Amino acid sequence: MRRKSNLTGYLFILPALLVIAVFRFLPIVQAIRMSFYRWGIAGPLQYIGLKNFSRLFIDPKFYQSLGNTFWYVILVVPITLVLSILFAQLLNKSIKGRSIYRTIYYLPAVTSIVAISVVWKWIFDADRGILNAIFNFIGIEGLKWFNDPRGLFELLLSPAGLALKGFFAGPSLALCALIIMSIWHNVGYCIIIVLAGLQNIPEQYYEAARIDGAGSNKIFWSITIPLLSPTIFFLFITQSIIAFNTFTPVYVMTQPPGGPLGSTSLLIFYLYEQSFRLWNLGYANAIAFVVFMIVFGLAQIQKKFFEKRVHYA
Amino acid sequence: MHERGKVLVYILLITGAIWMLLPFFWMVSTSLKTQDEALKFPPDILPKKMLISNYLEAFRQVDFSRYFLNTIIMTIGTTLLVFLTSSLAAYAFARLSFPGRDLIFMVFLAMMMVPMPVYLVPSYVILSKLRWIDTFFALIVPWSANVFSIFLLKQHFQTIPQELFDAARIDGLNDLQILTRVVLPLSKAVLITVGIFQVVTNWNSFLWPLIVTHSNSMRTIQTGLSYFAQAESTNFPLLCAASTFTTMPLIVLYLLAQRQIMESYSRSGLKE
Repeated sequence: MRRKSNLTGYLFILPALLVIAVFRFLPIVQAIRMSFYRWGIAGPLQYIGLKNFSRLFIDPKFYQSLGNTFWYVILVVPITLVLSILFAQLLNKSIKGRSIYRTIYYLPAVTSIVAISVVWKWIFDADRGILNAIFNFIGIEGLKWFNDPRGLFELLLSPAGLALKGFFAGPSLALCALIIMSIWHNVGYCIIIVLAGLQNIPEQYYEAARIDGAGSNKIFWSITIPLLSPTIFFLFITQSIIAFNTFTPVYVMTQPPGGPLGSTSLLIFYLYEQSFRLWNLGYANAIAFVVFMIVFGLAQIQKKFFEKRVHYA
Repeated sequence: MHERGKVLVYILLITGAIWMLLPFFWMVSTSLKTQDEALKFPPDILPKKMLISNYLEAFRQVDFSRYFLNTIIMTIGTTLLVFLTSSLAAYAFARLSFPGRDLIFMVFLAMMMVPMPVYLVPSYVILSKLRWIDTFFALIVPWSANVFSIFLLKQHFQTIPQELFDAARIDGLNDLQILTRVVLPLSKAVLITVGIFQVVTNWNSFLWPLIVTHSNSMRTIQTGLSYFAQAESTNFPLLCAASTFTTMPLIVLYLLAQRQIMESYSRSGLKE
């Protein structure tokens, strides 16, 4: 009887186990192995120890992609979260047509990134784009967006006589366009999650605070934010991981992909280029390993940092 | 003061709504323009005459009907297999005890944490060894088990009262019969969540099909659109028409099943 039930258990998990063993577990183990080899699409494999990793340290394109990814994540995630908290707060008030706003805000989350990348590329078009038309209309000179490799801080601070270069020039104008598109794409989903978090806060807390004479500012910082912190924490981690894994908009929007001058090349795009354009599969796996360590480390740091402050309801 | 605050709330909400809708509006508006009209600067907000010719032209230039068909095959294939593998595995993890059960489940969860780009390259190597590159096998089989779906279903199966299982056993049902006749009919909401998640993910998946397929006849809707965007990089009316009809099926689905979709995604906490 006992043995029969064991057998049923194994039979039931077998299909899932087979797929996950062959297409998850095996590739992950293989990824670690490959990163120690010179591994092209043809020719003999060659064990080269840690050379793929040491190559990372002297590869300027890797550094550039790392820097781009840093700016991308550090701008997309916090701005998305602040906007979603603001809009969720507004939607949580007694307003007419709340469900219509919710529907509209959530819409980008179900549209494919390829299609919206095509549309945003057109919106950002330097010569004919509607965004520059709006800029001209309100008396601002249009920007070159995806054609402009100059850094944001470089542009802002050059009138002050500061010549910033490289990483410190900040995200290029092209990368900023990408960042704006990503915020637009992610914010609706975050609003819905924050709104659900807000609705879980018991009304009594607010009443008690009001009776104690707390103003709306005080209520926001002393009640809403602490009680919302598990939600914010969750979004912070998941959104950062998503941001670190961004590939599609770089591939579809930028011309040449990753350009101009490599200023929109994010880590996963660089991984793609090294593996499926240049076929340096071993080296690509070293990049994948770095991405994995960053994502993993980030989750750990955030966990430690937030554990003290996060209020678990 | 209170009234003024309310007006400000509405102004912000409406501004937000316009900002969210503007790209969609611009996509549809551009898709109905002639190329000359689209190149006017500053642009007209609406086309002079609504043209549907861009839609026909996009279908004529590349084989979008084939891409639609491929995407539908991939979506249905993956979704059905995920239902099968996940409900069996979830039942085993939730209701059966066998040596190594918890360890295997832990390993499954750990696999879920690893982002796709990490195993992308070795997956390609494995698929080429199997000679599956450029086939439906490569699009479907690696995604035919989904740890997250197993996790969701397992959570739900654990909430079903033990008495139902005891009663079913007394009636002489075996585990497979209990799963199909008792457990699954009680799990419709979770199954819908799993299904929605599968449909949206498959319809929008891009990087995987980009890498595991090469030929024109194997393109999915997303890789097809991206290919079209490279080939017709300046003809924005055509591109907007293609973007419109590739996003429309999911937008319609979303408007019909809004509540389920939002709930599914809040529950999943996973996107893309």
